[in-house]
Amino acid sequence: MPQMTMVKAINDAMRVELKRDPNVMVFGEDVGTNGGVFRATDGLQKEFGEHRVLDTPLAESGIGGLAVGLAVQGFRPIAEIQFIGFTPEAFDSIAVQAPRMRYRSGGRYSAPIVFRTPFGAGVKAPELHADSLEAWLTKTPGIKVVCPSNPYDAKGLLISAIRDNDPVFFMEHLKLYFALKGEVPEGEYTVPIGKANVVREGSDITVITYGAMVHTAMKAAEQAEKERGTKVEVIDLRTLSPLDVETIVSSVEKTGRAIVLQEAPYSAGVAADVIALINEHAILKLEAPVKRVTPPDTHLAYQLIEDQWVPDAARVVKAINEVLDF
Amino acid sequence: MAKTKQRNMFGNAEVRLQPIEPFAVLSVEGKVVNKDAMPKLSDEQLRELMRRMVFTRVWDQRAVNLARQGRLGFYAPVSGQEATMIGSEFALNKDDFILPGYRDIPQLYWHGYPMYQAFLWSKGHIHGGQIPEDVHVLMPQIIIGAQYVQTSGVAMAFKQRGEKRVAITFTGDGGSSQGDFYEAMNFAGVYKLPAIFVVQNNGYAISTPFKKQTNAASIAQKGVAAGVRSIQVDGFDVLAVYQAVHDAAERARNGEGPTLIEAINYRLGPHSMSGDDPTRYRAKDEPSEYDEKEPLVRFRRYLESKGLWTEADENQVIEEAKQAVTDAIKKAESYEKMTVDQLIDAMYEVTPPHLEKQKAEFAKEGK
Repeated sequence: MPQMTMVKAINDAMRVELKRDPNVMVFGEDVGTNGGVFRATDGLQKEFGEHRVLDTPLAESGIGGLAVGLAVQGFRPIAEIQFIGFTPEAFDSIAVQAPRMRYRSGGRYSAPIVFRTPFGAGVKAPELHADSLEAWLTKTPGIKVVCPSNPYDAKGLLISAIRDNDPVFFMEHLKLYFALKGEVPEGEYTVPIGKANVVREGSDITVITYGAMVHTAMKAAEQAEKERGTKVEVIDLRTLSPLDVETIVSSVEKTGRAIVLQEAPYSAGVAADVIALINEHAILKLEAPVKRVTPPDTHLAYQLIEDQWVPDAARVVKAINEVLDF
Repeated sequence: MAKTKQRNMFGNAEVRLQPIEPFAVLSVEGKVVNKDAMPKLSDEQLRELMRRMVFTRVWDQRAVNLARQGRLGFYAPVSGQEATMIGSEFALNKDDFILPGYRDIPQLYWHGYPMYQAFLWSKGHIHGGQIPEDVHVLMPQIIIGAQYVQTSGVAMAFKQRGEKRVAITFTGDGGSSQGDFYEAMNFAGVYKLPAIFVVQNNGYAISTPFKKQTNAASIAQKGVAAGVRSIQVDGFDVLAVYQAVHDAAERARNGEGPTLIEAINYRLGPHSMSGDDPTRYRAKDEPSEYDEKEPLVRFRRYLESKGLWTEADENQVIEEAKQAVTDAIKKAESYEKMTVDQLIDAMYEVTPPHLEKQKAEFAKEGK
């Protein structure tokens, strides 16, 4: 099986779907000739032509509208927003128009669009390139939010997203683009949207997380086991909306303890929602309050203090111990 | 002297726009002023244009009353703008695609969207948005400008598939201030898309007059910046609007790209039936200035001069329209009640488990 970086796996997913379905299109700023600023679309224009893989003017709202218009005419657009911080410029299309298309038309039209965008701290990107803005969309009915943590999931989830008949906001962590390689099957396969993955089994505490924080959680789990023999279960959510309630709840019922780790600020995020679900479904099984490990409620501290801002394994281990010692 | 010299310093480097005048076929008196531009329409088609405008005026008056009685939800009156609405739709083919703003219900109706569904839409019933399969329109857009950027997408779909179809969209003078207005035209220009962007400049965006909306002399000139062919038409003149849209559609079908059309007209009524009071922002006698200019008067004069329209014709359409509205509101009001279930099922193709659970809880409460 070939080894691929995550960005290569994403590129491969689009190639597979462009080949399979003539209605799939890819567009955005610099995605054509240049192959995308991270080469996520490298070679696609050459292979599939300028009418299917196209450079757009520098205007995110225009990109979003183009996607919605093409989608109601039966195309399956993959619209790249060059960096997540540019998402607000296209917010009407992403958070309003696409998610409401099915409802507003009583099912006559849908908006099967994938809005792909890189995000994520740890690579010293400029301001407003890397913030974790997922909660803006996880609260929005009608759009799904997906965030892979490794090359295998990235390809399988992106193929699922492209085939989904509802809009999907697909978040690609910048730190994971080139950082690790993994085995990725050739050709088509899917990883289902809405299903979390237990990436490490354990019986003492569950760490629920997603994106690059999955790797931080794994590091922390190993450390906690080494230091105190703690058996940590780690759940990679993979899909942030809709959440996989069953996997979360059955793990917490088993371990009785949980922390939720996210790269987004503390309040009103995915972590808050996961904790609410645990309270609703498993509160009587809890041995201790569920804890959030997150950056503070600030904008992303880009560059100078970025590494202090993002949760690291040490903070996660500390939180694990606090919950165990409650 | 020095001042003049300085003023000319930039020569041809300075962009200067010529003043423009709206394209018209008929004068206010209903006389043909532009013989060469007269559209090639049969007498029956000319009568049909009048029939549709009268019908739409009666429908609008009835809808205003229904809204006052609380029998409609949101309603934006159309009186004064019939020539632009009817003339532009009449110039389209059945498979051309309309992306309307919320006021553009008449274009949808004459393109095939049933009136009772327009009433259901106004009331927030999900069936209102279920556009029949053979009707090529989107639902009325609420976010001013969103329909413009989407028009580029629809037009690109036609171009991709090599179809000779046109996407046409509508907004008001206020809409031309949105960034989406420019982004849409810029995209359509770059990709040479078969799109027609219509602005119904009715003088006011709710209460804000045109002169506070933009310092540009016209909205038409805004297309020039995007390299999009742009014209201004007399939006009270149904023949001028028809001709402008017909020509733009022909160019679009021939691969010549998009057109921006600014239609100068006037909204005789309020912005909407949700508490807008036009006496707060326009002079009391201002609407009466339009008694002469308004589209029905002008076209009636023209048709009467040609012996193509009589009082009996007019009365017949009025009765037809009244009956159509009565039937449509009756059908809308007796339509099966909407449920929370239907709303939940419309969120995704496959309702996810957490939402199924919420649905079951609402069902238990009998909602």
